[in-house]
Amino acid sequence: MRLYELSFNEIEEFFYKLAEVRDIIKDSGLMSFLPEKELPEIANGTARVKHAFPIFQKGGVIMDVTNVEQAGIAEDAGATSVMVLDKLPYDVRKSGGVARMADPKIIEEVMNSITIPVMAKVRIGHYYEAKLLEALGVDTIDESEVLTPADEEHHINKWEFKVPFVNGARNLGEALRRISEGASMIRTKGEAGTGNVSEAVKHMKIINAEIGALVGMSEEDRVKKAREYQVPYQLVELTAKIKRLPVVNFAAGGIATPADAALMMWLGGDGVFVGSGIFKSQDPAERAKAIVLAVAGWEYPEVVLEAQKMISEQKSMMGIDIKSLKPEELLQVRGQ
Amino acid sequence: MKIGVLAYQGSFEEHALQTKRALDKLKIDGEVIAVKRVSDLDVDGIIIPGGESTTIGIVAQRMGLLEPLKEKIMEGLPVLGTCAGAIMLAKDVSDAKVGKKSQPLIGVMDISVIRNYYGRQRESFEANVDLRSIGGGIEKVVFIRAPAIVKVFGNAKSLSQFKDVHVMVQENNLLATTFHPELSGTTIVHEYFISMIKK
Repeated sequence: MRLYELSFNEIEEFFYKLAEVRDIIKDSGLMSFLPEKELPEIANGTARVKHAFPIFQKGGVIMDVTNVEQAGIAEDAGATSVMVLDKLPYDVRKSGGVARMADPKIIEEVMNSITIPVMAKVRIGHYYEAKLLEALGVDTIDESEVLTPADEEHHINKWEFKVPFVNGARNLGEALRRISEGASMIRTKGEAGTGNVSEAVKHMKIINAEIGALVGMSEEDRVKKAREYQVPYQLVELTAKIKRLPVVNFAAGGIATPADAALMMWLGGDGVFVGSGIFKSQDPAERAKAIVLAVAGWEYPEVVLEAQKMISEQKSMMGIDIKSLKPEELLQVRGQ
Repeated sequence: MKIGVLAYQGSFEEHALQTKRALDKLKIDGEVIAVKRVSDLDVDGIIIPGGESTTIGIVAQRMGLLEPLKEKIMEGLPVLGTCAGAIMLAKDVSDAKVGKKSQPLIGVMDISVIRNYYGRQRESFEANVDLRSIGGGIEKVVFIRAPAIVKVFGNAKSLSQFKDVHVMVQENNLLATTFHPELSGTTIVHEYFISMIKK
């Protein structure tokens, strides 16, 4: 077990301070730890409620699905959530054009058919797709580089929403910028839709190394880092103190086998997202079960071996070598 | 004293930290271990954390742990189940929207639980609950896609209610909460659980 050195409550106090919408929250009575306001009997959508949700995803597998049937397979396999998309990342890559949020009718059908949480993606900076998904009631919004960005300059101010957000990151600066914008969860970007885990490995290692560097730095240098990352100093300080990202961090992008998933857990992921890897394989039901087992029992090679034996390499998705992609075909560089 | 936390999925790290804090507070020499395999079951008490009950059940079954754990609990091993953990313990489980669905459970406690009782994440909330029956106060806690204990029967006793449902119930060696004591500022629920182990 990897333990935070601070309790959730201590970390949360920090997030309340961080929220730029602090005063709005305070006025609506949601900032309940402040003595001057009474906690309403039931307070929804607070920073505490939003940052708590991803904790219950830890050790789990979140699976990309495009319809009710796939969602049922994911739930039966033991997924902790499903992510509803219009097209799997592999098909986004093949089809080209503008990739947008999924059809709300399909998201709704999925929500009505399974008991586990349902997530969906919006384009980077697309406030209105996010407003629609919040109105629809999805459990988490993924502001995702897999879709075509709607805003080349800005991400969504996630403090404005009551629904938690997950964002992608390739390095510590990106991760902390998204957290300071209100993201409740981070996923490493990897290179989606390739079935090639190398970029996910690279991003997880970069984030780990950059956190390690922060831990060893003087206060003076951390102030400089905060400026470089364009985030509040307190966020850098908190990260150094707990020696990990202060929110849940899942690995994503190119995970296709149980061994891939276990590797990402071993590198320090709190869980994994699997996109095209399951439903672009020829054995999705078995593969979904096998990846769930490999993530839950990642510390034990014999468990991961059993999981790896549940699938056949001949049925894995073909995969794309990252080196064969042109720079403009990379999804991970969208939204920094 | 050795306390295990079922560590496949969910808030197991938060429970482990909160348990350590409670042990420190009570000045009890104890250790907290992650339970994943049958060989880890040599503990004096076990915590089933919040998470997705379907995932926890499926993985526990796949790892061959579900039946041995159930046997140990029936023999008297103290258990704290929070949220998904409470669902795992309940004899009767249904979902607010989807109704009855088959999922691997421990199913030993005399309570009826409705999953996702309050709705989806948008309806998740924080609120004050009354923990005075176990020596705490009125404490702020979070309910995340929480279930509700709608019926308490047999030997089970309600220790706290919120609105019209039960949020903390004890039946001999079993303690279930629908909120998350591991994410709250008080260690009282963990202290109370430790006192159940000491008996």
